[in-house]
Formats: sequence, structure tokens, C-alpha cells
Amino acid sequence: MAETKVAQVEKKKEPLFGKKERKLLVDPLNDNNPITVQVLGICSALAVTSLVYPSLVMAISVIFVTAFSSLFTSMLRQYIPKSVRMIAQLVIIASLVTVVELSLKALNYPVYKQLSVYIGLIITNCIVMGRLEAFAMANKPWRSFLDGIGNGLGYGAILLIVGFTRELFGKGTLFAGSPLEWKIVGPSAEYLINTAGTGYMNNNLMVLPAAAMFVIGVIIWIQRSWNKKLIDVS
Amino acid sequence: MESNSQIIKFMLVLTSVVALGLTALRQVTEPVARLNEEIFEKRAILLAIEDYLGGKTVDQLTDEEVLQIFDNQVQQLVVDAEGNVIEGLKADDVDFAQERKKPADQRKYPIWVYSNGQDKLYIVAVRGNGLWDEIWGYVALKSDLNTVAGVAFDHKGETPGLGAEIKDNPAFRAQFKGKRILDDQGNFVGIIVRKGGARDPEHEVDAISGATITSNGVTNMLIEGLKAYEPYFAKLRNAG
Repeated sequence: MAETKVAQVEKKKEPLFGKKERKLLVDPLNDNNPITVQVLGICSALAVTSLVYPSLVMAISVIFVTAFSSLFTSMLRQYIPKSVRMIAQLVIIASLVTVVELSLKALNYPVYKQLSVYIGLIITNCIVMGRLEAFAMANKPWRSFLDGIGNGLGYGAILLIVGFTRELFGKGTLFAGSPLEWKIVGPSAEYLINTAGTGYMNNNLMVLPAAAMFVIGVIIWIQRSWNKKLIDVS
Repeated sequence: MESNSQIIKFMLVLTSVVALGLTALRQVTEPVARLNEEIFEKRAILLAIEDYLGGKTVDQLTDEEVLQIFDNQVQQLVVDAEGNVIEGLKADDVDFAQERKKPADQRKYPIWVYSNGQDKLYIVAVRGNGLWDEIWGYVALKSDLNTVAGVAFDHKGETPGLGAEIKDNPAFRAQFKGKRILDDQGNFVGIIVRKGGARDPEHEVDAISGATITSNGVTNMLIEGLKAYEPYFAKLRNAG
């Protein structure tokens, strides 16, 4: 009897990276994107996306926070008292955000200055707490970790697309402030006062945060007309 | 349903672990972060004298080079409102944002004197108000204490693409080079950021279109800020 029981348990063991796990990672990139489908985390997506490089740093920070807050919450899920579960989740999120903030201050101070309050505001990003409540509190650590990474990636992907569009059309540069910096160089650089010395006339609509709203709107439009699963939702 | 004591125990353990971890991390990162901040400030000052750094831009300087320039080529002074040098103080130690809150006659003003063998440049700090929040900057004057060698501006929250161009736009900054802060009789006039285009090539620069209030803020900041150093500069001019 005992032997068969062991065999059954072993059979139930799921592969470390099976179909379900892959779905956890890929789903938030498209079918269930936190920004374009769930419309969460819009605030920081508007605020930090005027340049690609800070967007990239923001994306990595959020991936770190969603992944590890999901992991730790899932590990503690049986011990967290129900009545204070949100406070416990917030303690975990806030401490991870502080880890990001302290590390960024030591590793890349100029970008820390650029992102300023928005690093601290990851705490209030609905995506993070939303995943903890909806997934990590009811699933095993490994899957929660993957779900966190997936949602962070889904958020980061949109951030990078918006940042890329806004920086290219707004300022005529890409990755400004990083070693990969690229800019349009034209003969008019000396004459135009409203350029960053690039010969490109700044498009102020793209530079302002409102442009992110338009860009995200266009992304949602394109995604909905191309992804059949989303067409029938309404 | 958990009892209150269980809940309290859980939260105490969780917060203690988190607090210990974060304290340890802060202890490790604090010295690095402080050095980063210092270099960040020093780079902002050097931006005003970018043309005199031996062919390199501020971005191309390594952190060590920035510190070396300040150790070897920069002399730091602090003057009071009457233009007397206050002995024993370094310009880096003056928190200019705090000084601005004091009455004008009690403020301390930092000066960085940079020399590279040929030129001697006086870099002074200025501070004022933009549209949304504070703006500040550094102005470098040549040894005649009249001609501008370069400027660098920064801001707390000006609109990106409009007011924020005072920092982001090298073309705006470049206009200030060669302008004079005194008229032909030697009276102080400052530098005016003129909407619609500079009229007086000696004392005026073009404003940023769409950012009138920030541009006026820069004008006021430069006039008030540079005027505060005039007592000291007058003494130097008379002596030399």
C-alpha cells in the first residue's frame, strides 16, 4: 500500500517548466497584458516613458518587485493571518521597493535622479498587489514567481514600446543617457533652439506625458484588432 | 480565525526580519550612494566650464577625473553678503537651497575658482523660481569677472520639452557664452532671457518658445544671483 502511494505522489509531480508554466510567462505579454488589457499601472507608464533608458530601468525594477513579492507572499501564504494579509503583502512589497531604491542609488545615481519618486511609487502600482491577491495567495511559490515575472515583463514591454516611440519622435534620440545613446544628427543643429543639439525639432506633444496616453491607446487598438481572443471579450 | 496574539506575533517577526535586512543593505550602500551624489553635484558644476576641461565633455570624464579636477584645480571660497571671504569654509559645504531661505544679509555664497594654467574661471551658484518649482544653476565668469564662460541649469519640476529645456538643451546654454554682466560704464545689468529673440547681443539671449515663465525665472535668477556676488567681485576688480 505504502509503495503505491509514493508512486502516485511522484506521478502528480509537475514538470518544472511545463505548458502551464509557459502560459504564466507568456499570457501577460499579450492576451492578459496588465497595461493594455487589465489597464493597470498606467500612472507610471505615463510618467517615466519620455526616454527609453529610464523606462528600461523602471521595467527591470518592476519585474524584480513583482517576481520576488509573489515568491515571498506565496511562501508565506499559509502563515499570513487573513485579517492582516494586505498589510503583510504591503510590508513585503515596500521592503523590495526599498531594496530597488537603495541599489539604484548606489549603482546608477543619474537614473535614480531621473526616476525620482516613481521608484518609490512602485509600491502603489496596482499590478504588484493585484498579482499577490489574485495569484500568489493561492498558488505555489515557483508558479507565483513565474506569474510575477510574466506580469512584470508584460508591463515592461509596453513601457519600452511607449518609451521608444516617445523618445524617437519627441526628441530624435534613443537610449539618451546610456552608453548606447543614438541621435539624429542634422545640419540644422546650430540654428534650432528647441533641439537637444541634434538637428531634430522636438515634438513637444510626444515629450509631454499626455502622449503616452495616445501611444498606449494606439497599442490597445492594434492589439485588439489583431488578437482574436480579445475581440469577443465585450 | 487567528487570535490577536498570533497576528501580532506574525507581524512582529515579519517586520523585524524586513527591518534588519534593509538596515544591513543601507549600511552597505550608503557610502557608495553618498559618493555618487557628491560626484553628481560636482559634474553639475563642471558643466558650466565644459569648454575649459581640456577637450572632454563632462559626460566623458570618469568619476576619478571629476574628483581629481576638484582636488587639484579648484579652489573653494565662501563669501558673505558684504563680499568678505569667510575663512575656513569650503564652497561644497554650503547648502545653497537653505541659504536662500535666510535674510539676504545673512546668506553665505559659494564660489569655485577653476584654473587650468591659461584661464582662471569663477563659478558661482544661482537659485530662483521657475514655473512649477525651484530652478538653479552655475555661472562661470572669466577672470575679468564680466564675461560669461559658460552656464549650467537644473530644475526640480519644469515641464518636459518646455521649461525643462533650460537643462536639456545644449543650444540654450551655449547662447550665454561671451555675454557680459556689466555695461560699458561698469554698472551691473545681468543677462536677460528675451522672449521673441535677443535684442542686445551683449546682455540678452533668446527665450525658449512656450516657456515664458521659466525663461523670466532664469532672467530673475541671473540678475539677483549674480548681483549678490557683486560686492566680492567689485573688491577683486578694484584690487586687480
